[in-house]
Amino acid sequence: MEESLNSDVRSHTVGTTAVVYAGDYLNKLTGERIERECRKQLDSGCRALVIDFSDTELVNSIGISILLGIIDIAEKSGALVVFSDVKNETVQLFEMLGLTRHVILAKDEQEALSSLSTPPPQSQAIGH
Amino acid sequence: MEPNTQKLIHSFGALADLGQEIADTGDFIEMVRTSLHLLLGTLGIRRGAVVECPLHLETTNSLAVWGLGEDYQPRFIVEESDREAFLNLRQGALPINSSVESNEPAVAPFLSRHGEELRAQQIELVAPVIVRGRMTGLVVLGGKASGEPFTPEDIEVISAMVRHIGVGIYTHRLLAEVKQRAEENERLYQDLRAIYRDTVRAFAAAIDVKDTYTQGHSERVGKYSEIIARELGWGENEVEGIAIAGYLHDIGKLAVERKIINAPYKIDAKESIELNRHPAAGFDILSPIHHPYADIPLMAKYHHERLDGRGYPDGLTDTQIPIGAKIVSLADSFDAMTTDRPYKTRRSFDEVVHDLRRNTGKQFDVQVVAAFCRALLKELNGETKERKFLKMLGKDYLNAEKDAPLLRELLNELDPNTQAAAAAGT
Repeated sequence: MEESLNSDVRSHTVGTTAVVYAGDYLNKLTGERIERECRKQLDSGCRALVIDFSDTELVNSIGISILLGIIDIAEKSGALVVFSDVKNETVQLFEMLGLTRHVILAKDEQEALSSLSTPPPQSQAIGH
Repeated sequence: MEPNTQKLIHSFGALADLGQEIADTGDFIEMVRTSLHLLLGTLGIRRGAVVECPLHLETTNSLAVWGLGEDYQPRFIVEESDREAFLNLRQGALPINSSVESNEPAVAPFLSRHGEELRAQQIELVAPVIVRGRMTGLVVLGGKASGEPFTPEDIEVISAMVRHIGVGIYTHRLLAEVKQRAEENERLYQDLRAIYRDTVRAFAAAIDVKDTYTQGHSERVGKYSEIIARELGWGENEVEGIAIAGYLHDIGKLAVERKIINAPYKIDAKESIELNRHPAAGFDILSPIHHPYADIPLMAKYHHERLDGRGYPDGLTDTQIPIGAKIVSLADSFDAMTTDRPYKTRRSFDEVVHDLRRNTGKQFDVQVVAAFCRALLKELNGETKERKFLKMLGKDYLNAEKDAPLLRELLNELDPNTQAAAAAGT
């Protein structure tokens, strides 16, 4: 496991999977940092992104737009995206706005990493 | 929470953020980019762009792009007829599909030019940006991440947000234009001021040419006045004004006969009356001019007034004399004392200090004399970078070791607190 030295966003890699932590409030500032980190990980060869929302209380519209952008970039790179440990209200928001059609949902980081070893079909939620 | 309630809260939050964003006077492109994000994130739209269509131009300018690929910059040709068509859409936005050309025939020319390109970029909706009844841009939007079609309610939300974005763009452009014009005006104003200053200095030189023995007098009085005003804490504009007043204080001498000004002897009473006309004559010359600084004519008129009422032309006393005239008066007298005149050589510095001590409160204002002494003392103590006094008085005139204590002593006498303390001690 490799910890990222990027002080703005906490992340680490497990094999070719990058785990990126979304922080407590996903807005423009934090969203752009996460996007940069995800781009960096994909550019360095990661084939899957786990975005962990365990600390995330709120996601605003800009955060949604940036997450859609990350999904787009990942799709173009042929990489999977898993959202882990998402709070119920945020899951409802993601469902309402269609994000869940493009990502895998996992109960926690561990489940997310396990799901990637035998990836289920996209848009199938695990643990929710 | 009910999905509709959650959707409403999410949209309201986005609208509030959008309002804040467009009110921000910071980076224009960042404002548009963030506004686009807010719009996309409100309805979960995967891609989009904001394109500016400047009035009277057919070519467009892409301001923000998201999800359309790094290299793609949407550019359209928008003719006047297209603008009219977009203004009269049945809904607030134009869906890009095959049936639209029959439903909205007015936009058919635009779609025939750009429909294919828009569909290739997976654009599903084009919303015109309308500000003050004019179409000023387009927002192009891809499909929703949910895969569902846009509902009429979605289009309402999009239209409302696009209106906000339009106002934001318009306001930022307007502010930028106002700022640019203000900068241009400021540059023109500064140019005019520079021309004015140069003209005034040329006048000052012309005044001094008339007086063989006092060449450079007006310029020096301007500089001494400037030093005093700055020491008194005046603002930059007022300091410039007093310098101008110093340059022009003797302009009335242009109306006095040259032989009186240059008389190599002490002039008689009649000649003195003639010479003493110069402050009032200066006022008459300067009054019709609209100066960019206040009270220049009055400073010229009253620079020979004294606090004790024995000055001229009007015999004013202390509070009746404008502070600017008091400054010019001291600057004028100091230069007269420290330059050679037709009938006497310049005084030594200790004689000058003696004269200042004797005449402060009678001829000169105490605060003005104190400011002058402080400024000179700072230069003697090496506290100032520029050596303004040294340049005007010559390098051999002042002696820091000898003259600084004289100034300190005079300052102590002038300072009311020191005087009070001294009085209390006796």
